[in-house]
Amino acid sequence: MKRPRRWAALPRLGRGNPQLLRGLRARLVVGFLVVAAVSALTTTLLTYQEARNAILQRSQDIAVNDLRAQVNSLAPELPVPPTKADLESFRSQLERSGTSRAWDISVHYRGVGNRSSGGLPPHFVFPAGLRESVEKRHVPVFQRVARDGSPSLLIGMPVRQTDGTASALSVYARLPLDAEEGNVEALVSAAQRGALPVLVLTVIPALLAARGVLRPVRGLRQAAGRIAEGKLDTRLEVKGADELADLSRTFNDMAARLEESMAELRRLESNARRFAADVSHELRTPLAAMSAVTDVLDEDADSLDPDTASAVRLISQETGKLARMVEDLMEVSRFDAGAAALHLDEVDVAETIRKTLQARAWQKRVATDLPADVRARLDPRRLDVVVANLVGNALHHGGEPVRVRLHAPEPGADRLLIEISDSGPGIDPEVLPHVFERFYKADSARARSEGSGLGLAIAMENVRLHGGVMRAANSPEGGAVFTVDLPLRQGETPTRAAEGAADPPDGDRAAGETADGDRDGAGPEAGKENHV
Amino acid sequence: MPRVLLIEDDAAVRDGVTLALRRRGHEVAAAASGEEGLKVLPGFRPDIVLLDLMLPGKDGFEVCRLIRAERQLPIIMLTARGDDLDVVLGLEAGADDYIVKPARGEVLEARIRAVLRRTALPAEGTPAAAEPGPAPVETYGELAIDRAGLVVGKGGQDLALAPSEMKLLLFLSATPGQVFSRQQLLEQVWEHSYHGDARLVDACVMRLRTKIEDTPRSPRYVQTVRGFGYRFGPL
Repeated sequence: MKRPRRWAALPRLGRGNPQLLRGLRARLVVGFLVVAAVSALTTTLLTYQEARNAILQRSQDIAVNDLRAQVNSLAPELPVPPTKADLESFRSQLERSGTSRAWDISVHYRGVGNRSSGGLPPHFVFPAGLRESVEKRHVPVFQRVARDGSPSLLIGMPVRQTDGTASALSVYARLPLDAEEGNVEALVSAAQRGALPVLVLTVIPALLAARGVLRPVRGLRQAAGRIAEGKLDTRLEVKGADELADLSRTFNDMAARLEESMAELRRLESNARRFAADVSHELRTPLAAMSAVTDVLDEDADSLDPDTASAVRLISQETGKLARMVEDLMEVSRFDAGAAALHLDEVDVAETIRKTLQARAWQKRVATDLPADVRARLDPRRLDVVVANLVGNALHHGGEPVRVRLHAPEPGADRLLIEISDSGPGIDPEVLPHVFERFYKADSARARSEGSGLGLAIAMENVRLHGGVMRAANSPEGGAVFTVDLPLRQGETPTRAAEGAADPPDGDRAAGETADGDRDGAGPEAGKENHV
Repeated sequence: MPRVLLIEDDAAVRDGVTLALRRRGHEVAAAASGEEGLKVLPGFRPDIVLLDLMLPGKDGFEVCRLIRAERQLPIIMLTARGDDLDVVLGLEAGADDYIVKPARGEVLEARIRAVLRRTALPAEGTPAAAEPGPAPVETYGELAIDRAGLVVGKGGQDLALAPSEMKLLLFLSATPGQVFSRQQLLEQVWEHSYHGDARLVDACVMRLRTKIEDTPRSPRYVQTVRGFGYRFGPL
């Protein structure tokens, strides 16, 4: 009987938390952080540059203008050519005039600096380019330098004569820019201090966004899992109109399609099953009429002319075959529909097998090894079908002697083993996996055998109904060996009722037999049927 | 020769079975429906009824019950094996046996003969059966069994037992206390093969108990031996 096919459970998808760097949430958070860090860094850098430039620009503009103003106001008083003392007083005046800033001044005349106690240290060297601009090209120049770790502004300014011509006098100044640098530093550290909380705060929207993405994703995963379990009516709730909603919608469409096609398949399958059952059922009525009269034909065949007699015998014989085939088909339909029932009884297995052989007059042709007192709880009619099929099969397709061996179960063991072996050539290894298939013909060229082609399939189903298994193999000594392996005590672990198999109307009867008698006077296990 | 009433709605089956039985010397009356069969019954006075379960109008179960209400003549159902429910319901309705369609004429004949065989002797001859002369009426508790006259009474009242019930009771009571498995009873009482349908036995035991026991739920006469079968007594 084909059970409704179960969906294999898919491996569970990873739960996402142990894989710190691979989870969607972690990736989103990291992404957010990177974006935030980059933007904070960029902002800081730009701010730093702009602020620094603006501050220094302003300082140097003021300083240059100041110096120019001082030089312009003091230079005219300088005699030409100036003495060292004149230059020194000019220098000190200039230095003093730097009210707002502590600049150090050095005055050069004809390119030579005056050595003096004040002002710039004597070893202080102005960059050559700067001096060249001042003394050769007579343009004021300034330049920012960093010496000994402290930044300063160097200004070089040629002093012009009153008539505007260049003079040999030039003034150099050095301004420390520590304060400005301090301001810029403060700006930068402010930006840095600001960036850190920003980064921390970024995690919150990142987590929120991740949650917004992950919740539907998790829902999707659970729904997919349910679909995989076969719950095809699973649907997702569609919220909003974003891509995730689209995904949910698509998922729902997919599930609906899947459900439709599964329903369609089931419908087709049950239609096919019902068709087979109906066909066999319909065939039964005409066969009942024909079977009733075949022996009339057989009796009278002898008195007919030979041709008619052969025809009549043929019809009689084939009617019998047809009847058996329809019976087998109906049995198979019952298995397929899950309507096959076990009628359990306590039997002596050896006796049951002996009776099977007797009923078919096989005692002479079959060697038996049947230990007494193996009692089992099973459906004797079904066991009869199984044994008869296997022995018949061994006699027809194997070769005599055929042996039926019952293995007495070990004390405490709960399996019943029945072995049917023949002495034929064995079964082709390629055929072996298919021997229990319906209508499987080992050799397509083989003439149609006595059976319906369903015998072994039905035997198999009968064994399965008992919760057992059947095996086909070739024995090392040659010949095929079929092994029936059944639980010894059937029905004490009730088998699962198949879907669609109605409970017997009297299924409650004798379900709880007391030591003496039973619940409502039924016989042993009357009407107790294990549907499988 | 036994007179057979066949109630079967399919014309071909009706004709086929009628033909097969007539060839074997039976007198056959055929009816196409339950109603018609019930009409024919009193006039024809058959020895046995072959009853198809699938009938238009009144179905086989109901016809079976109606016949049983008045008569204790043997009834054999025509059915398909494994229409399990049908078999159980048919047996509960009082049928004595059933035949699986399609069946050969010789099978029909064998079943009819088996059901009609009136005496059921236990396998091993009992003293009671071996004694010459009229067998005495045996009494077990309130039950009085007259083997020769095929009468069973309880508390002075004759009980109306269907043929299979009568045969089963006679068989079991011939060796009180001996346990018979259902397979054995099938062979001995119903003359089925060993692998017949044990539900025949169970259904028959149930029907028998409702007639002979004071409390069918705790039977006194036909007792269950769990895992083995049934026995009569011991009281």
